[in-house]
Amino acid sequence: MLLIPCPWCGPREEAEFHYGGQAHVAYPEDPAALSDEEWARYLFFRDNPKGVFAERWSHSAGCRRWFNALRDTATNQIHGVYRVGEPRPVAS
Amino acid sequence: MAERRSPAAAYAGRFEAASRGEALRLAELPFLTQIDVRVDPSSPAAGDIGDALGVPLPVEPGTAVRAGSGADEVTVAWLGPDEWLVVAPEGHRLELLRKGLGDRHGSIVDVSAQRTTLLVAGPRARDLLAHGCALDLHPSVFGPGACAQTTLARAQVVLIPREDGFLVLVRSSFAAYLAEWLLDAAAEYVA
Amino acid sequence: MRRDGGGRIDRSRELRFRFDGQEYTGHPGDTLASALLANGVRRVATSVRLGRPRGIFAAGGEEPNAVVQIEEPFPEPMLPATTVELYDGLVASSLAGQGRLAAGPDPARYDAVHAHCDVLVVGAGPAGLAAARAAAATGARVILADDQPEPGGSLLGSRDEVDGVPGADWAAATAADLEGRPEVRVLRRTTVFGYYDDNYLVAVERRTNHLGAAAPAHMARERIWRIRARRVVLATGAHERPIAFAGNDLPGVMLAGAARTYATRYGVLPGRRAVVFAANDGAHAAALDLADAGVDVAAVVDPRPAPGGPWAARLRERGVELLAGHVVTAARGDGQVSSVETSSGASIDADLLLVSGGWNPVVHLYSQSGGTLRYDETIGTLVPDGSGQAVEAAGAARGVFALPGCLADGTGAGARAASASRPARPVDVPRAEETAEDAPLAYWLVPAADYTEHFVDLQRDVTVADVHRATGAGLRSVEHVKRYTTAGTAHDQGKTSGLLTSAVVAEALGVPVAELGTTTFRAPYQPVSFAALAGRDRGALHDPVRVTALHEWHVANGALFENVGQWKRPWYYPRPGEDMEAAVLRECAAAREGVAAMDASTLGKIDVIGPDAGEFLDRLYTNLMSSLKVGSVRYGVMCRPDGMVFDDGTVIRVADDHFLVTTTTGNAAAVLDWMEEWLQTEWPWLRVHLTSVTEQWATVALVGPGSREVLAGLAPGLAVGVDDFPFMTWREAEVAGVPARVCRISFSGELAFEINVTSWDGLRLWTAIMDTGLVTPYGTETMHVLRAEKGYPIVGQDTDGTVTPHDLGMSWVVSKKKPDFVGKRSFSRADTMRADRKQLVGLLPEDPEVLLPEGTHLVATGTLPEPPVPMLGHVTSSYRSAALGRTFALALVRGGQGRHGERLYAPVGDTLVPVTVTSHVLYDPEGARRDG
Ligand SMILES: [Zn+2]
Repeated sequence: MLLIPCPWCGPREEAEFHYGGQAHVAYPEDPAALSDEEWARYLFFRDNPKGVFAERWSHSAGCRRWFNALRDTATNQIHGVYRVGEPRPVAS
Repeated sequence: MAERRSPAAAYAGRFEAASRGEALRLAELPFLTQIDVRVDPSSPAAGDIGDALGVPLPVEPGTAVRAGSGADEVTVAWLGPDEWLVVAPEGHRLELLRKGLGDRHGSIVDVSAQRTTLLVAGPRARDLLAHGCALDLHPSVFGPGACAQTTLARAQVVLIPREDGFLVLVRSSFAAYLAEWLLDAAAEYVA
Repeated sequence: MRRDGGGRIDRSRELRFRFDGQEYTGHPGDTLASALLANGVRRVATSVRLGRPRGIFAAGGEEPNAVVQIEEPFPEPMLPATTVELYDGLVASSLAGQGRLAAGPDPARYDAVHAHCDVLVVGAGPAGLAAARAAAATGARVILADDQPEPGGSLLGSRDEVDGVPGADWAAATAADLEGRPEVRVLRRTTVFGYYDDNYLVAVERRTNHLGAAAPAHMARERIWRIRARRVVLATGAHERPIAFAGNDLPGVMLAGAARTYATRYGVLPGRRAVVFAANDGAHAAALDLADAGVDVAAVVDPRPAPGGPWAARLRERGVELLAGHVVTAARGDGQVSSVETSSGASIDADLLLVSGGWNPVVHLYSQSGGTLRYDETIGTLVPDGSGQAVEAAGAARGVFALPGCLADGTGAGARAASASRPARPVDVPRAEETAEDAPLAYWLVPAADYTEHFVDLQRDVTVADVHRATGAGLRSVEHVKRYTTAGTAHDQGKTSGLLTSAVVAEALGVPVAELGTTTFRAPYQPVSFAALAGRDRGALHDPVRVTALHEWHVANGALFENVGQWKRPWYYPRPGEDMEAAVLRECAAAREGVAAMDASTLGKIDVIGPDAGEFLDRLYTNLMSSLKVGSVRYGVMCRPDGMVFDDGTVIRVADDHFLVTTTTGNAAAVLDWMEEWLQTEWPWLRVHLTSVTEQWATVALVGPGSREVLAGLAPGLAVGVDDFPFMTWREAEVAGVPARVCRISFSGELAFEINVTSWDGLRLWTAIMDTGLVTPYGTETMHVLRAEKGYPIVGQDTDGTVTPHDLGMSWVVSKKKPDFVGKRSFSRADTMRADRKQLVGLLPEDPEVLLPEGTHLVATGTLPEPPVPMLGHVTSSYRSAALGRTFALALVRGGQGRHGERLYAPVGDTLVPVTVTSHVLYDPEGARRDG
C-alpha cells in the first residue's frame, strides 16, 4: 500500500486515490482538425516507461483534487507531487 | 402521517446499549444542518461568508474551526482548497450564507440529508476508529481542530475530532452499514 | 523427557491434551512440540512423498517437519507444533503432508487495526529489546512486535546474563519498562509477515488461540496489525541450518540450538544421549548447556580441523570426545536415531543427533522491503545489503551473532531510527560477557556415494540426489532447481532448506554459492489464516450494503432485493403465492394501466452550479444543455473521448447558474469523478462547482395513467394538468405536506412523475403515496421490462463500452450544432462509421413463449456450420411483457438497424431458436401515452 502525498491533504493511503494515467496529455485544442491517426494517438497511445513517470492521481476519497505525481514505476517511489497547472518538477 | 426519519434511527437502541459501559459512547446526532460551501478562499465572497458564519473559513488543509454556541454554534471543516462543510444545529439559516455569497461565483448547497452524523466518544473511541481508519489518530496528530475526509471501514467519511468525541459524518446510504460495523468492532470494548 | 527443574514453564499447573488419540499432560509455557518431547513422543509426522517418519526438528516457526492438524477446540490445518502454545483440551493429530480445512464456519471473531509509529522494532530478542529501549528513551512512538508469548528471543533459551542478571529476567524487566511508557506498544504473539511499500508492515497477533476453549467470545481471536512506521528495525534473529548427510531426516535429528532451547526454556530433554555435529562454536556452547541439563553428550563432531574456542576446551574438560576434522556420515535407526556413524569410523550409540551447519539471518522481511542481500563468505550466509526503504537490520538478523554485539547493534539501530523523529538521548548499551570465538565453517554436505537419503528439504522430501538430477538435467539457476525439485516451496517456504539447496547446487555446478545469486522473499513470512486477513470484512460486513431512506418499508412489505453495485434495490414485491414472473407481470400491468410507484432514490445526483455550468455540460453531454430553460428537464448522454457511451440521465435546470444532473445508479461516483477530472484538469477556467447530492434526495417515480390523479390528491397546490405541467418540466410543490421537486419525466413511456424530497422525508412521502391505496409498488425488474418495451437502453446492460449513441439508435441525442464535445471527434473515425457495427435492435422470438437467456449469441443460419460459427451479436435484455402479450428481447446485432424484419437464430442449449429482428422500440412507438 503506497503512501501517496496529496498536495493538499498530505500523505494518505493509496486506496483513497484513483489513478488517472499519464499526465500532460492535453485534450487537443481542435479535435476536428486532427487526422484519424492523430486522434487515435491521443485516444489510445500512452508511454509506459520503466523509471520516473509523470502521472495523474485524484484524491477521490479525500479532497477530490486531481494532481500530478512523479512515480518511479520500477521502485514505486514517488519523487514529487504537483498541483494541476504547476510545472513538472525536475525529478531528484 | 409518518414522521421524518434519520438514516441511523433504527440503531438508537443498540448504540445506547453499547454506551452503557465506561469505554464508549455511540450515538447518532440526527438532523444537523450541513451545508457544502464552494468559493475561492481568496475572494471577498469567502470573507463575507465567514462573517455570516461568525468565523473565517479555515484555509489550512485538514483543519476545522468551531465557533458560537447553542443555536449559533457552527463547525466549519475544510474539505478541499475551495470547499467546506458547515455543520450546525438543526434550523441553521442557509439564507445567511447565500446572502454572504450574494451573486458572486460560488455555491452553497444544502446537504443536510446527504450525510448523517455519528458521535463516537469515550476513552476507547480512537481505538475503535483505528480498526477501520488508516489515518494516524494520535491526539498529537489528529486532535480537536483537525478534520479529514477519509475512509472508515469501507465507507467514506468526514472525521472531525472534538473535545467530546469524534463526529463521523457518513453518507446516508452507508449509515446502516457503518452502524453495524461500529457495533461489531465495539464488541471488544463493551463486553 | 521432562527435566526435574528449570525452564520457563509453570509446573504448578497441568494441562491435558491429546495427540493422535493418546492422552498427555504438559504445563503452561509449553508448546505442543515441547510437551510432546516431554512425553517422549518422537514421531509427530509422516513425510509427504516418501512416507518416512519425521520428528521435531526445530523449536520455532522455521520447523519443517512437525506440522500438525489441530482438531479441537477449532479445526485448523497445518500448524507447526513448535508454534502452538499448549492449552487445556487441545486435540491434535499428526499429518502426512496436507491438513484438512474445518467443515463448519469459524465461529471466532477476527479483526484488524491500523497503527502508526516512529519506530517499529520486529523481534524482541536481545537486539530488538535493545533497539526498542534506545528508541523509546527519546520519547519516540515505538511498536515492538514479537512472535513469542514472552519477550527475550534467544535469551529465553540460553543461560547468558545481561546487565548482571539472567538474560530472560533482563528481557522481562526491559519489556515491562517499555510497556509502562505511554508511547510504546509491545505486541506479543505477533508475527510481522509482510513488508510493503512506504514502510507499511502487516502483522498477525494471535490473541486468544492459546486460551483454547476458554477464549472469550467477544475478543477477536486473531488481529491483523497494519503498521505504518517511519523507521523499521528488523531484529528478527537467525535460523540455524541443517547439514545434509545420510538419514538426516530421522526423528532424533534436531537443530542444536533447538535442543538447547527445549532444555533451557521448556525444561525438556529431547533425548538421553547425544552426538553433536557442528562447525561453529555456538553449537559447542549448546552442547555444554545440554550436558549441564543432564544429556549425555557422547561426542562433538566438528569438520573444522582444530576448533579451539573456550567451549571446546570446556567440553574436553568434561570428558566429551571432540572429533575434530570429522563429519557425521549417517544417522541410523529404525524409526528414530539409535546410532551415529562418523568419518572416523566410529559408530556411536545415541538417540539424539544435534546438527548445526551455521546460522542464517532471518532476512525475509528485509528482502520484502525491497532490500538486497549479499552472500557473506565468512559466515556462509545471506546478509542484508541495503534497502530503498527506511529500514535497518540489527543483531543476528544481519549476521552479528554474539550477544554483546547484538546488544550494541540493537542499541545503535534503535537510536538511529528514533533520531528521524526525536532529538537524540544517549543510552547505555546493556552489558554481556564477551567470549572469543573461532571462525565458523560453512559446512553443508557430507560427501557420499549415494545421496538418496541426504535430505535438503524435509517438508518436500527433496534429497541431494533430487538436486543432482536437476543439475544433471542441465538446470543452472537455483530458482529453476527449486521449481524442478519443489525444494523450498512447502508450508515452511524453505526457511531451513533454502540456502542448503543453493549450496548443494553450487557444489554440483562447481561454483561458489555467492555466484548463484540470491533469492527474493515474498510475503507472507509465515502462513496466515484467511479468516485473519478477512477480519471484519465478511458476512454482512463483507461489502457495504447501501440502502435508501425507504428501505425499511421495502423490507417490511416483502420486497425481494437486487444488488445494484453496493445498493440493495427492491427487485419485486411478490404477493403470497406469486412467483417472480407473476409478480412482475402484475407490477407491469399496474404501471401501464393504473398507478405504480418505484423507489428511484439510488440514481446519482450532482448539483452543477456556476455561471459556466451550461457550457460545462455542453462540453460533456453529446447534446445541448445550455439552451435548457429554467423549469425544464432534458435527457442527455455522456460519452468517453472514444465516442462510446459512458452514462446517461436527465438534467434539470434549477436556475440560470444551477443544473441538477442525474446519473445511473452504478455510475454516480464515476460520473462525479469524470466531471471533476475535466473541470480540474482540462477546463479549470470554467466557473463551475460540483456537489454530490445523491443522498440528499429521496426519489419516487409515480407511474401510470392514474398517476396525475394520485399526485393531484397528494399535492393540492400543484397544477398537474397537461398544459400546466408539460412533459420534461419540473415544479416545486408540497407533496404529502413535504417540500418537493416534482419532474415530469418517464422511463416507462407512461404518464409519470418523479417526486424528490429530502431523504429524511422520503419515508413520509412514500407512506403517503401507499396510503392512498391506489398505488402498486414495483421494483427494478418491472422497471427494466417497462423501459425495454420502450427500447430505452440501460448503460452497462445494453452497452459495454463499445457502443456509440448511434449504435443505440439515438443519433437524435448527438448535437450537430456544437463545435465540440467529449466524444464528438470519434464519431467520424472510420471504425465508428462502419455500417456493420453492432447496433441495438428488438428481437421477437417466433414462439412468443420462448424467453431468450440474456447473453445468448445470434447467428444467421438455422443450422450451425462448422466452427468457427460467425456470430452476429448477442442478447442484452430479455423479458416477458404483459403489454405485448409475449416475450421479447433487446440485442446488439451487427448492422442491426438494416436488418429489421430479418430472421436470425439464437442457439439456446441444443436448439436454434428463430427470432425476428425489429425496431428496439416495441411499445407505443408514437409516444401517445406519456401525457396520460
Ligand atoms: Zn487530498
